[in-house]
Order: sequence, then C-alpha cells, then structure tokens
Amino acid sequence: MPKYEAIIGLETHIQLNTITKIFCACKADSWEDPPNTNICPVCTGLPGVLPVLNKAVVQKAVLLAAAMHAEVQPLSYFDRKNYFYPDLPKGYQISQYDMPLARRGYLDLPMSAGYIRRINIQKLHIEEDAGKTKNMDGLRLIDFNRCGVPLIEMVTAPDLRSSDEAAQYIIRLRQLLRWLDVSEANMEKGHLRIDANVSIRHSGTDHFNPKTEIKNVNSIVAVRDAIQTEIERQIREVDAGNRIEAWTLEWDEDSAKLNLMRTKETEADYRYFREPDLLPIQIDAAWQDAILAELPELPLDRRARFIDQYGLPEYDADILTGERSLSDYFESAAAAYGGDPKRLSNWLMNDVLRMINELDVPAGDLRLTPAHLAEILIMVDAGTLNTSTGKSLLDTVQKTGRAPGEIVQVEGLSQVSDEDAIRSICSQVVSENPQQVETYRSGKTGLIGWFIGQAMKKSGGKADPQLVRKILEELLS
Amino acid sequence: MEITDLPAHQLTKLIRSREISAEEVLDASLARIAAIDGRAGMLTGGNLEPEEIQKIHAFITPTPQRARAQAQEVDRKLASGEDPGPLAGIPFTVKDIFCVHGTPSTAGSRILANFVAPYTATPAARMEAAGGVMLGKVNLDEFTYGSSNESSAFQPSPRNPWDTGRVPGGSSGGSAAAVAAGESALSLGTDTAGSIRQPAAFCGVVGLKPTYGRVSRYGLIAFGSSLDCPGPLARTVTDAALALKVIAGPDRHDATAANVLVSDYATQLEEGVRGMRIGLSPDYFRVTYFDGESGQLHQEPISPEIESAVLSVAGYLAELGADIVEGVPMPHTRYGIPVYFVISRVEASSNLHRYDGVKYGYRTPDPVQELSEMYRKTRDQGFGLQPKLRILMGMYVSAAQYSEQYYARALRVRTLIRQDFEQAFDPLGPHRLAALLTPTTPTTAFPMGAVYGDSVLMQYADQLTVPANHAGVPGLSIPAGFDTQGLPIGAQLLGPDFSEATLLRIGRTYEIATESHDWRKLRPAILQ
Repeated sequence: MPKYEAIIGLETHIQLNTITKIFCACKADSWEDPPNTNICPVCTGLPGVLPVLNKAVVQKAVLLAAAMHAEVQPLSYFDRKNYFYPDLPKGYQISQYDMPLARRGYLDLPMSAGYIRRINIQKLHIEEDAGKTKNMDGLRLIDFNRCGVPLIEMVTAPDLRSSDEAAQYIIRLRQLLRWLDVSEANMEKGHLRIDANVSIRHSGTDHFNPKTEIKNVNSIVAVRDAIQTEIERQIREVDAGNRIEAWTLEWDEDSAKLNLMRTKETEADYRYFREPDLLPIQIDAAWQDAILAELPELPLDRRARFIDQYGLPEYDADILTGERSLSDYFESAAAAYGGDPKRLSNWLMNDVLRMINELDVPAGDLRLTPAHLAEILIMVDAGTLNTSTGKSLLDTVQKTGRAPGEIVQVEGLSQVSDEDAIRSICSQVVSENPQQVETYRSGKTGLIGWFIGQAMKKSGGKADPQLVRKILEELLS
Repeated sequence: MEITDLPAHQLTKLIRSREISAEEVLDASLARIAAIDGRAGMLTGGNLEPEEIQKIHAFITPTPQRARAQAQEVDRKLASGEDPGPLAGIPFTVKDIFCVHGTPSTAGSRILANFVAPYTATPAARMEAAGGVMLGKVNLDEFTYGSSNESSAFQPSPRNPWDTGRVPGGSSGGSAAAVAAGESALSLGTDTAGSIRQPAAFCGVVGLKPTYGRVSRYGLIAFGSSLDCPGPLARTVTDAALALKVIAGPDRHDATAANVLVSDYATQLEEGVRGMRIGLSPDYFRVTYFDGESGQLHQEPISPEIESAVLSVAGYLAELGADIVEGVPMPHTRYGIPVYFVISRVEASSNLHRYDGVKYGYRTPDPVQELSEMYRKTRDQGFGLQPKLRILMGMYVSAAQYSEQYYARALRVRTLIRQDFEQAFDPLGPHRLAALLTPTTPTTAFPMGAVYGDSVLMQYADQLTVPANHAGVPGLSIPAGFDTQGLPIGAQLLGPDFSEATLLRIGRTYEIATESHDWRKLRPAILQ
C-alpha cells in the first residue's frame, strides 16, 4: 500500500453550444470575432437593461443533469454573485446559489486497471460568463464578447484518487458533453475549463488535509501533469515535515510548472441574493419529459451494450462509442450488414476511422453511408469483390458519393471467378516466364506470391486470388 | 382656459379634430416652460438668485427639437389621414431615470451625467409610439433615493408649484411639478416606495403606481428591482387611465412584465361605485416608527386635516353607493419602512455595482496607481450622499454573516405585509374589499431643507405608500382638497393585483362628485 493517498476534486465550467447568449439575443459563439463586436446593451450591463432567460440553456442543462444521474429540481432560482471586476460589466454575475437546477449526480469512470470509480457531483447550476481581460503595454483591455455566454458549473466531490482518474473524468465528461450536443467541449477554446483541488493524506486515514487549488488546467495533459506535479510536491513537503498551505496555484503549461498565485485564501463574500429581474425556473413534469425525450443512450451504457450485444472486445467498444456519431454509424451499418460485427468493427476502425480523421468530419457526415459500407462488406463476403477492391471502393464512394453497386457495375470491378478465364490468364503467366517456372520447380515455392501478383495484374485486380493460387499451384506442379 | 391647462384626453381630441395642431400645443408648452421653469438642473447648479426661488426647475434636459419633430409628425399623420396614436400630440415629460435613446440619461447623479442612452425604455418608447410629444427629461432624487428631490446632483432641484418654498416631493418630483404647473400634460415616473404617489399628493395631481409587472421596467435605471414600478402622473384620472393603457403590457425585454391582458381603463371610468366595498384601516391613519436608541415603537397620528380630507372622500363615495368598511386591520403596515430599509438597499447596492468608471459615466480624472483606487475614487466622487448611504447599508445587511438576520427576515416580513392585503381583498374573507382608501402621505409638502439630511425621517414620508410596493399591488393617489396652508392633500386607493381599472373608476367617481367644488378651481401659486 502506498504511503499517501491523493484527494482530488474538480470544478468544471462548461460553455453551452446554444445559438444565442443566456440573457440576450447576441450569438453565443464569438470565436475569432474582433473584441467588443458581439455585444448589446443587455450583455454589457448598460443602465436599465434586464435579462431574459434563453430556454435552450435550461434544456441543455437538464439533459446534462439527467446524463449525470442528477436530480433535476422542479423549482430553482437565479442569484446575484456580487463582485467588482472590469470584465464583469454589471458588477455581479447572474448565477445560481442555494437553489440550483440539479443536485446529487455521479459519473462512473471505467479505469483501464479494471476498476470503476464513481465520481459524485453535489450540484449543477447555470450562470452567465464574464468577459475577457488582457493586459498589454500597461493597459488593461476588456473584451465583452464573452459576457452572457451560458455556462454550467459542476463541482465534483473529493472522490478522485489520482491524476489519471482526474484525466479520465475530464475525458469522459468531454465525451458526454459532445454526445449530448450540449457543448463543443473544445478545451483549447475554453469550452471546458477546469480548476483542481488537491490534497494528500496518509493511506488508511479518512480526514481531509489543507488543499491547494490549481487554476488554468485546460487540457487533458495539463490536468494529468499539473495534478501529478502537485501530488509529488505535497508528498515531498510532508515527508520533509512541512505543512501544506492553502495556496492557489497556476499551471504554466509551457514550462510544466506550478506558479504561486495567492497564498492565503480568504473566503470572498459575494453577498448572494435572489436575482429580482428573473422569475424562478420552474420545470414541470411535462417540460422535463419533453426535454428528456431527446436524451440519447449514454456512452458508457452503449459501450456495455456493444460488448454484450455484438460480442465486441472492450477495446473496440470503447473506440466505437468514443463519439456518438461513430457509434450510431456502427449500429446502422451492423443492422444493414447482418454479418460478423467484429468484422464490421475492423473495417470501421481501420479504414473508415482513418477517413474520418483525415477529413475531420463526424461519421454521420461521410458520403460513405453505413448502408454503403454494409453493401461493400456484403459484396466482399460473397466473393463478388476481393478485399483490396473493396477497400479502395470505400474511398471511391466517399469521393463520388455514388452507390457501391453502381460503381462496381459501371467500372466492371466484380471479381472474376470464372475458372476458365482465370486458367487462361494463369497459363499465359506460366508460359511467359519460363525462367521463374524453372526456379519454382527447383524448390523455391515462395515464388508463388510473385506468380499470383502477375496474374492479378493481368486481371486488373479482379480475379479471385484464392482461385488464382489454386490454379497456379496446379500448373506449376 | 389656456391650452397647457387642458387635460390630455381633451387636448388629444382637439388635436385629432384638427381644431388645434400638435405644434401649437407644443409651442404653448414651451412658452409655459420658458415662463415658469427657470434654469434646468445642472451639476454646477450653484446658488439660486432670488428670482430663481420663484421657479419650478423641473427639467434636467429639455428636448425641444425632438418634441418639434414628433409634433410635426403627428400633424403630418393627421393631415394625411393616418392615425397618430392614442396620445396624439400630448406633451409629456420623462423622469430622468429612464433611458431614452440619444438623450443624457443621468438618474440625477454625477456618475451618469455624461451617459447618453443608446436605447429607449419600453414605457417611454410606447408613449412616443402612441403619438406623445416628449418635452424632455425631468429631475428626481439621485437614483430616485429620496422623497423631496433635494438629493439630485443636478441643481437647482425642483420646487413645488403651489409654494416654491416647499419641496415637490419625490422622487418623481420633477414629474409632479411639471404636470401640476402645466408644463406637460403627462409625465412618466417611477414608484419604489411611493415615488409617484407622494409627489403627486404634494403637488395636487394624480399619480398611479401600477401592479408590479403591469408596466415593463426595461430601460428604467434600477433602484429596488423587486419594488420598482413605472407609472403615469397626470392632472386627471382620465388622463392617467389613458397613459396606463399605452404603457402597460408584456414586454419581451422584461421577464417580470406580466402576461396579463391590459384592460381598456377608460371605458369603465364613469360607471360609479355602487355596491363597491371600500375599506378604511386605522393602521393607515397613524405613523409608526421605531426609536433608534431604545427600539421602542412610537405612534403619531397623521395630520388631522389630511385625515378629515380622506374621510370626506369616503363620505362622497358612500353617498354614491359604496359600502365603506371601517376598521380593516393592516397590522404589518408599521414594518413597511424597516423592511424597505433592508430589501431596497440590498438591491440598490447591487444595482449600483455597475457604475465603476470602466465602461461609461464618470471616471475619476485623478491619477491612480491601481484598479481598486480607480474604483474608489470614481465612486467616491461620482456618487452623492444618498447612494453612498444605501450602498453602505445594503452591503452590511447582505453580508454573509448578517444576511439571515436582516435580509432573509425582511423577506419574511414582506410576505406578511402582502398577506394583509390578500386578507383585505379576499373575496371570501371578512372584508371583501374592492379597494382600501387611505391618506397618501402623513403630511403635506414640507419646506425645502426642513427634512433633508435626516434620511430616516425622510423615509417615513413613504410609510403609507411603501406597503403597496412590498405587496406588488397597485396604488392611485388623487387630489383630495387642500390644507389650511393651501397645500394639496392626496388620498390613496389601494387594490388587489391588476385592479387598476377599479381604482381609476373610484378616483374618477370622486373627481366627478367634487367637480364643481371651489378647491378644484384653485391654480398653483406659480401660475397666479
């Protein structure tokens, strides 16, 4: 048993992919917009303006809450979190405090070591984002474009026990967000922002020691590295007889170092009180049912079902359920194909996935539809096409968008399995290459591959290679 | 009678029938303003010349060019047979707490003195769209924090047209003074604790605080967001009804604006009060306050002249068939002011956060070393005494360690105040009132400088009006005669949610009953 155990909690801010902002009609996404061009009186907090709630924010939050197995509250409230900062134009953030949208959820992490770690979340709430501050040449520049972008804040209980588990939580959360289509979850663009709370304790004890907070860990690698670095630092300190101070640290990804931001964490008083400008959020059963009608099968459930129903290895199931569109693709293709799911999985993971990665599109956007893929596989299985023709047909279908059967017919790609025709090609090859025949017959039977290649070439790749081998072996014996 | 003294509903008839043009009406208003208003409020107000004491000083920003264009547009529409809208050609003013596109929207504060609004508040926009002619923005207590207008950063502050040595009331003091003096036929005000009704009473005009949510708050620079109500000030009940019809209704920019059908307030105005149950409560004929040192409850009767004026209103209504129900208990009325001190200040201090010198408004010209120094200096120099007091108190009672003791408790008491009204108006309850008849204010207009500086005493001017804000119910103040000093007395009608039509009907009934009375013919001193 290791001497110490790490105790980690993650605070996540998730930017929702709604069309408009949470309280006004400005578009939510300002990526690459020049500063202060996607703003209005409401999101810049001009005197007299009022917020009006975008219902799509509630819908997406309810979907995520359900997927986190959390209890959606029939009544929740907005509150004002008061503090001064130049990029917070109203001087308060509209958030939720003691009556959040959802409470008590969890996410189960399947770890590669074979165990499952359940990570609890205490609450899930919605709030508005603030703007961005940039310091340049002694000036403080403010961009309000991001003001009013809808966020979900979700904080885990201190349930994570290693930097790997923390990374796995973020990987699974990101997968879930995309799966539900509630967030693009692009960490480079700040759609998923993470602060980590880290402490250690002697294994076997159950109290909590002072923790440090790590800000700005905004990639999976950063989550793993920053937390690991901090765990190791805390172990060194404790081993050296030092106390852990409740510092706030900042992860510098370039130098892979933790920098001290603040030493003493005094709890700020945000003077929360109910936001009088907004009505409470009331989610009655009818509305909740309507929202949850859109809730898809969750990735981990689908992963388990792929193993169970299709007999796929865990590895295949994991990859195929990595992304919802790919898993839908697999299921559609499996239904159309009807053959061995593992054989379909191989084609998907080797060839179709390569195509998806090269084109950088979701599986569902390929011109090579699941039905096309199934059709090609069926033709290969039936011997109508040989494997290599089948595989190159994948690309042709993707490029042209034409149906595989049509291409095969027009371009005469069907495999030649007429024995007479193949025998005549093979005889030709044998009679044209007396020297190689001599060598073969002297015992170098490895040359059979060369003969097959020659025959395949003459057939334009259409000959059934099994039949070619059989006839050649006969002719050369 | 001069054009400027005609009520709005008559004016617009004359304009529509083209007996007079909107531009002629405008010219008459501008002439009246030129004659009696004097210097508009400004940051460098300085001392008053003796003759300036005889002026009204209702305005901060007159907008004669905007008014001219609007009046011409009304006349053009009438000439070409188009409908210019229900307020066709009626001159109105707007309390400078509303944003109006292209106008300085100052809230009576140095911190917003240079803020020109890029959009228009919903109620102001609706008045303009209805053919109203906006004469300008009128003065108020700074951020509406007061009951006398003396706290405005824009001086000289407005004076009472009946006695320019006295305050017009507040915070919609500029609105009440402008309407009383015939500078505008209507004014758009706001009421957070009585800020429409109290100045209306002090200036002898009609003031209506609608049900919370009846009129959109979009574009109203917020004070106490859960209490603020925009509403009209007018010289007659009919005019108030006309204006309410225009400004009321749902608004996609205000989530708290009610989705309740807007009545045609004018049609039932003259249907009388026969069979209506109208209540009187002893809790509204005294002022109750807590001694700051001992915490003891003190009670004082309101001015006997006001009491008898209100009872006389009850008498006329009884004669016309109303059932007057005496002794209706409203036991939580006494807590209205303490509760208001907590709730309004928590909301106000938060609402004032945005004035930080970063985006718009005043920023300290002093050199600063760091951001927090910029904040401190900007807010210290930009805010007057009243906002500072409200920030201090609001921050204090909403602090984590005090919030339960003060704010949460105040919210609970607020619910009790609401219950007083629910019981009084409950159609199955013991009282079954259509309305409660009360004095609007404990006193008539007080002299300039007499109360200003004592924030607590000033606040008690709102004791009889603030419960309606806590409860969200509508309140109408109507002129009910004069005291022996020749100062107007206001009577207040309070009703259940969305009962504006009933309150206006009761008010109009009393107006008709006293139409021929001598006091109805009195004109403000400023016009004599």
